[in-house]
Amino acid sequence: MSKLASLENIVMEFGAIRALDGVSIDINRGEVLGLMGDNGAGKSTLVKTIAGNFQPTSGRYVFEDQDVRFSGPADARRHGIEVVYQDLALCNNLTAAANVFLGREPMRQVGPFRVLDKKLMNTRSAEIFRELKSETRPADLVDRMSGGQRQAVAIARTRLSNSKLVLMDEPTAAISVRQVAEVLALIRRMKEQGLSVILISHRMPDVFDVCDRVVVMRRGSKVADKPINQSSPEEVTGLITGAIKTA
Amino acid sequence: MSQQDVSDMNVDLLKRHDRSLLRRLMLTQEMWIAIAIVVLGLAVSMISGKFATSGNLMNVLQNACFIGLMALGMTPVLISGGIDISVGSILGLSGVTLGVLLNAGAPLPLGIAGTLAVGLVFGGLNGAVITLAKLPPFIVTLATLSIGRSLALVVSDNQVFYEFGTATESILALGGGYTLGVPNVVYALVAFIIVLHCLLTMTRWGRYIFAIGGNESAARLAGISVDAIKISAYAFSGLMAAISAIFLVGWLGAVTNAIGTGYELQTIASTVIGGASLTGGFGTALGAAIGSILIEVIRNALLIAGVNPFWQGTFVGGFILAAVLLERIRSLRR
Repeated sequence: MSKLASLENIVMEFGAIRALDGVSIDINRGEVLGLMGDNGAGKSTLVKTIAGNFQPTSGRYVFEDQDVRFSGPADARRHGIEVVYQDLALCNNLTAAANVFLGREPMRQVGPFRVLDKKLMNTRSAEIFRELKSETRPADLVDRMSGGQRQAVAIARTRLSNSKLVLMDEPTAAISVRQVAEVLALIRRMKEQGLSVILISHRMPDVFDVCDRVVVMRRGSKVADKPINQSSPEEVTGLITGAIKTA
Repeated sequence: MSQQDVSDMNVDLLKRHDRSLLRRLMLTQEMWIAIAIVVLGLAVSMISGKFATSGNLMNVLQNACFIGLMALGMTPVLISGGIDISVGSILGLSGVTLGVLLNAGAPLPLGIAGTLAVGLVFGGLNGAVITLAKLPPFIVTLATLSIGRSLALVVSDNQVFYEFGTATESILALGGGYTLGVPNVVYALVAFIIVLHCLLTMTRWGRYIFAIGGNESAARLAGISVDAIKISAYAFSGLMAAISAIFLVGWLGAVTNAIGTGYELQTIASTVIGGASLTGGFGTALGAAIGSILIEVIRNALLIAGVNPFWQGTFVGGFILAAVLLERIRSLRR
């Protein structure tokens, strides 16, 4: 597996608080990385650093063999880093296709006017949903969709651009069991297409179901980083709570 | 089950059928309001023969247009999740501006340009204060409702204008005249229904208005310039109030500084009755226009039926409640 990005000795300080205390992580292409840790362990800070929301106080961030320092999420997105937000950031009153293309709508010329190319948006969205093997229909309102379908819409947004790394913040936190299975299948589909995924989750079964590797954070430091098949839910629980110091 | 395909899990989707055209029509608020207008019209016609005369119907239509134009302006504001209660005062201020300009001898095109500019700028300032100072639209436009009405007094020096210089004939013809037997303002309303409908359904601007009303933070995350879009919505509302002012002044043949007082309530009522959501995210151009016609039909019907006009507000309020309840019921059925 080739390396997509790496963080080397990242420190993030907010005033006197050191949220990340020298964290180093490699992110490989086509790998699903599970990021676990208790509240306040530094997961969100780490993800926001990767996504360009925060600039690290010190440390090196290498993306595709280049040192990067993103000015913001838009800058990171230009490099191919997409975030699927926990609240999904969808407009319930718009269709699936409208949400997928929100902010980057294709236009077509009608006489002197440039109008939304709804047909292209629908067909392209349908293609992406097919790729994701989701039954989501482009013309349906997001308002009437299940949690799994909403997740598919949010993920489809990341597939429009040439994204390489998708950060998913608790995608299975507030949905039913059946929908969780749908979301995990979507993550597998992204992996099959060569994307790297970082899955932030509290749900042990999800991480062990879908991830290749697990990283555990505690109090701003990385306490474990190992292939998922060499770990166990018991060990990870111990690492999160501090019962096990490192692994 | 880990590698199982997900497509077979969406069984609930397979049970859904596409709705027929008729059922889809029945689900639109516009359709219900149109039915209400017809039923009301038929009922009044049975009470009095005065309602269903071409003269009276044309009169109802013309009266509805002044509020209708403003309701079209209100529609994008409501869809974006805002509200503009200053439109009556904007109409007043721009109407007085028109009176002052024409009275001072300005030619009609200049007078119209000045009037439109006042509406556009006033509305734009509403939007700028709401977005840049991050204040609630209700409070900001409540303040500018007061400011606008006061400025109308200042500008007019409490005078009534009925002399419009060289433009007298043309402004009266524009606002009160007919083309092919139909009042000019009706053409304006129809034209703006089409314009707004296209703006809302076919342009990025329209799409973003809906997106902001649906989930403002999502719109921001998608890279939409939310503030600029919102400011433009309020500017559009101001512009439509100014356009309404031009026709209203021509129709009345005089400008007092009280012109348009209380119109904001009828305007918002029309837009809401026509299906726009006060919480944002929904609304149509046609709905706003039909809503304004319903309100005017209620007013006219009560007059003709001999009901004390003091009851008008009660009936209009009842229809607002009915419209909001209808929307609630429809969203539950979906």
